[in-house]
Amino acid sequence: MSKTKKVDPAAAPWQGPWRKYDILKEGVIALIVVALLSVGLAGVFSSPDEKALTFQGWATSAPDNFFATTVGELAGTTESAGYGPPYNEGGDGVSVGPLNMQKLMGVRNPVNPADDFVITPLSSSQQSQETVDALKAWKDASADQQAAWATAFDDAVQATADEEGVLDLTKVEEGDYGPVPVLAKALTDMATSGAYDGVLLAQDPNGFYQMDHTKQILFMGDGSYLDDFGTVQNLQGNTWGMMNETGSYPGQAWLWLYSFWYQLPVFNAPDDADPASMTAQLSGSADALIFYIMGLLTILLVLLPFIPGVRSIPKWIPLHKLIWRDYYRSIRG
Amino acid sequence: MTAEVESHTVAPAPGDTWTGKLRDRVVRELPPDKLLPDRQPSYVGSWIYVFGVLTIAALLVVVATGVVLTLEGPEWYHISDVGHFFNSLHFWSVQLFFIFMVVHLWGKFWMAAWRGRRAMTWITGVVSFIVSLATAFTGYLMQTNADSQWITFEAKDGLNAVGIGAWFNVTSLGQTMLLHVCTLPLVVGLIVVLHVLLVRKRGVVPPIDAFKNEPAAASDTAEVAS
Repeated sequence: MSKTKKVDPAAAPWQGPWRKYDILKEGVIALIVVALLSVGLAGVFSSPDEKALTFQGWATSAPDNFFATTVGELAGTTESAGYGPPYNEGGDGVSVGPLNMQKLMGVRNPVNPADDFVITPLSSSQQSQETVDALKAWKDASADQQAAWATAFDDAVQATADEEGVLDLTKVEEGDYGPVPVLAKALTDMATSGAYDGVLLAQDPNGFYQMDHTKQILFMGDGSYLDDFGTVQNLQGNTWGMMNETGSYPGQAWLWLYSFWYQLPVFNAPDDADPASMTAQLSGSADALIFYIMGLLTILLVLLPFIPGVRSIPKWIPLHKLIWRDYYRSIRG
Repeated sequence: MTAEVESHTVAPAPGDTWTGKLRDRVVRELPPDKLLPDRQPSYVGSWIYVFGVLTIAALLVVVATGVVLTLEGPEWYHISDVGHFFNSLHFWSVQLFFIFMVVHLWGKFWMAAWRGRRAMTWITGVVSFIVSLATAFTGYLMQTNADSQWITFEAKDGLNAVGIGAWFNVTSLGQTMLLHVCTLPLVVGLIVVLHVLLVRKRGVVPPIDAFKNEPAAASDTAEVAS
């Protein structure tokens, strides 16, 4: 009487013919080929290295934008000021339905744009008497008074923008802006001189050693300087920028699927879209939604051998007939 | 006294010690002819098989050039022609690594290479791909140039939106650098080693329909008489 047991035939030892193979030789040849290919590509094409942007560069090439961004930091109208966790409580962060992981994780890397980007750097270096007086006036004022000055001046500055958004600071209307114009001018001068780059860096709690550039990145991203760089280099997210590289070099092409979702209109609402519209809402949550979509797809890829239907695709679309054409020819013969 | 002497002169029975058990298991699971084969089933004869070893070769070049870059620090390549050349080697070997790896992955998909109790081989391969993505990503973050400024600024939003940014701060150069040169390469290396050992242990998957009653899934089995 024969007994039965569960056996997977594809796991059984191969009983057919064999061919000669040298794993060590194959590995050595592959290593030499790849090393030579790398040397050839590196020698012919080199690699990209666009010099890091600086606050001095920003304040020199676009002083009005730097000035206006500084005012925005004091008024709390910049992206950083309204970001929310993990930097501050200025916003709620991104929600997907009732789930708001951003808020749930809390403020882990505190950033107070007005203080960290403007007041503390100005206070930590030698300033003109006018700036010293302005700093004192700002610090002595109530939070409401600070907000009233900064918001009024921010509005006045933004009101000078032409149709293309270019500011003309000579057209700012007179008003009660307290010390805000002096502080913004002082920070712009400080950045133009190059002093601001170092002062902001030295704010690290550890003092001497600095390995965290959160404040620098956030402040620089609030203005147009970094954004213009991204546009010129074709790096914007809605133009497949996630997988692009500066210049004409190949970028992270392996992120094509992640980048793909950002191209869909449903995740790419125009700036003037109705905030209540579905597209605007989905676009507002795009960063989280796309991450979750990619996370789900990744799990499916990992578990693909166990997913009925998907695991059978290679049987239905017989590309394997090409890969093993010699084998299939031999068994037909 | 005699008993003591005897206890030191008599070899322990196989499997009596942790070391012996480990050695026995390694030899049983991966005998030398499986670990370092000099023959393969006759169906192993396509160019697609080359992309696995090419991926590992590219990984070795990536690691070697990366190690050279660590010798002089992350900003060396900005100011030195030699440093820039090694950065270029690192850059292009990473590009080759991903090209080879993706072709290898697609090849294994169309071969349904998870068949025959090879699901873990597939899983470790995919996981090594994912960890490699993270490793490359941290490399782009620590370029200390305008590109890394841009990528850092953009990437923070995606990670912050799902709460990861609170723990993995892409704007912290120190954190991204240590992850890139230490933790993540170590994880990639370990997973790749495990992946290769599984390939050697299970052997190369046979052609689809090479056996009657072959199941579609990695976990399915067929009833056969023995």
